[in-house]
Amino acid sequence: MTSEVNSSRSSEGPAPRVGLFVTCLVDLMRPNVGFAAVKLLEDAGCRVEVPELQTCCGQPAYNSGDFGSTQGIAQQVIAAFEDYDYLVAPSGSCTGMIKEHYPALFATDAGWRNRAEQLAERCYELVSFLHDVLGVDALDADYGDSVTYHDSCSGLRELGIQEQPRALLAKVTGLELRELNDSNVCCGFGGTFCVKYPKISEHLVSNKIANVADTGAGTLLGGDLGCLLNIAGRLKREGGATKVFHVAEVLAGMAVVPAIGDGEDGQ
Amino acid sequence: MKSTASEFKKSARVALVDPDLQRAMGFIRGGFVEKRRAVVDRLPEFDALRQVARGIKEHTLQNLDFYLEAYEKRVQANGGHVHWASTPEEARDIIVGICKRAGAKRVTKGKSMVGEEMAINEALENAGFEPVETDLGEYIIQLAEEPPSHIIAPAVHKTKDQITELFHEHHARYGYTERQTEVPALVDEARQVLREKFLSADVGITGANFLVAETGSSVIVTNEGNGDLTNTLPRVHIVTAGLEKIVPTRDDVSTLLRVLARSATGQEMSVYTTFSTGPRRTDDLDGPFEYHVVLLDNGRSQMLGNEFHEMLRCIRCGACMNHCPVYQSIGGHAYGWVYVGPMGSVLTPLMVGLDSSGDLPNACTLNGRCQEVCPMGIGLPGMLRQLRRRQYQDRLTSRTSRAALAAWSFLARRPRLYRRIMGAAVATLAWLGGRRGRFRHMLLAGGWTSVRDLPAPQGASFQNQWRRRRGNSEP
Repeated sequence: MTSEVNSSRSSEGPAPRVGLFVTCLVDLMRPNVGFAAVKLLEDAGCRVEVPELQTCCGQPAYNSGDFGSTQGIAQQVIAAFEDYDYLVAPSGSCTGMIKEHYPALFATDAGWRNRAEQLAERCYELVSFLHDVLGVDALDADYGDSVTYHDSCSGLRELGIQEQPRALLAKVTGLELRELNDSNVCCGFGGTFCVKYPKISEHLVSNKIANVADTGAGTLLGGDLGCLLNIAGRLKREGGATKVFHVAEVLAGMAVVPAIGDGEDGQ
Repeated sequence: MKSTASEFKKSARVALVDPDLQRAMGFIRGGFVEKRRAVVDRLPEFDALRQVARGIKEHTLQNLDFYLEAYEKRVQANGGHVHWASTPEEARDIIVGICKRAGAKRVTKGKSMVGEEMAINEALENAGFEPVETDLGEYIIQLAEEPPSHIIAPAVHKTKDQITELFHEHHARYGYTERQTEVPALVDEARQVLREKFLSADVGITGANFLVAETGSSVIVTNEGNGDLTNTLPRVHIVTAGLEKIVPTRDDVSTLLRVLARSATGQEMSVYTTFSTGPRRTDDLDGPFEYHVVLLDNGRSQMLGNEFHEMLRCIRCGACMNHCPVYQSIGGHAYGWVYVGPMGSVLTPLMVGLDSSGDLPNACTLNGRCQEVCPMGIGLPGMLRQLRRRQYQDRLTSRTSRAALAAWSFLARRPRLYRRIMGAAVATLAWLGGRRGRFRHMLLAGGWTSVRDLPAPQGASFQNQWRRRRGNSEP
């Protein structure tokens, strides 16, 4: 792919070599987000590779208290990605896991802790990487709808991602951003929480959907597929018509497939 | 107080469909969350102040033995008594003993969460005393025979209409036969009833927001002034406190008060801040003749220095629960014991036992809002995860979830096998999902599909598509 896009990075020295951490949910449920991430990174002048030895960041085990298995998975991720200039993932939650929690997992193992810390320094969530590191200031994308944005908890609180998606969405032709009331309040996904406590989760996601409806926006965007599957799934159950996409799909101009949870008829 | 935390799931389900509770919980957002935001926005140095406050508590915890001994010596020098209780039972015996020796009949109480830990009201009643709660919220739930549902607003789960009925039922015997439906009239009626109790009490029991090592003082903050009347009018004043309540100096108290009121109620200061320093001195016009402090451990000293150490910095402001989406949805009673919301989900397993409160660490989305607003920067989500770790290690996790997790972790560490198996699974699901793009029901995914549709996968996995596009032969 050739780039028609300005990038502060592409003019300075060799293209950064980025290892894309796809995340298990994007890999299995919504590959379009992965291809959107590749397009955005390549357009911004990166060489993108997808290391084969990747599966999951280990959060299911970690948040269930199985720290032993988590360490094994973390070692696999560290080994697969430590030779790249950057690890980039289209998820605040998985990035937070690798960046914030991997080093702590190896508190008593100096060798692995050091490798985890080295990787953590070069590990970024996709949108903040495009904005903060690559300095992307133009996009080849248009989207003819009003959108609202849900701030996923891990990205917001562990990584401070808030301005970056809004700044980049402002570059999408035709897109109108409407702020979401309580955009920083949890949608009720919470990993295994949503299946262990479905009724509480339902209450939280219904609040979220009511706030989305109040914006009048036709589309909801977010940076974490877990939250988006939860919100889209509940929206469909309630009969709502709001489209749900991962922010990368819109930024890459690739929100041309059925939205999350929609059928081929677009509903 | 007996824990009902093992009933969490059932209680939460009931709470979610209780219209009165849901209406009452609306107050949390307007009354606490918005007010805190406004008062914090008005103080640019709030974060710096939090850092200082945190430093004070951490320094004290690092030297807890020193400050506790210094505090005890000061209390004794002031003519007071310090009693050490390692368990709630010991604390109850000490307090009942003091009341007996004082020949007491009526005991007034200021709000005390440690008193709830001890279940002191029940113990006093069983010993023939009449305990009377004097904090309006505590008074309401005492009449309703319910436990508190919030650590600073114990009756936050009650609507005004429910309180009208409660007062009508209980105050008729004092001659108040008219139903009061406005808040000022309800408050006024409670004040009239309580005034008589204050004047005739023999013993006053208060909690403590802080204990000052430098002076031997106990400090309480209230918005109703009931604390002052509880600790100055009766002959005997008993202070109950957890042993982490100690701070070195009055200056430290002043710093901590600035973050406490802002975090708790969105006030710059609570209306009343009361220092009690020993019994009445010869030239004092009022005050108790006896002054006792009962210091409760109840698992606290075990937490010093372990992975739950930070929890001892907690100043009981309630900001974590006010901002917790789960607490906002289900209220406090579902948590089943004295402490509720995120801080309760850490403390209850540590104080009552993880085997009977296994849902508490798990009924959390780890969204991190509690830690963000905690004035003491306590890593609550991390501690809940540590409790899950204990559950996993002690095999308290259900067999089904252990098996599912083990299968996932096994595959996650074998990328090639993972790709084959998961690739085939999503291809099948995508085919089954067909043109509709989602599932209403799914075998083994009932937790998900009971309340929401399951979006179908788009097709082949990203990794399999990527390899095909890049010309890699591996499937």
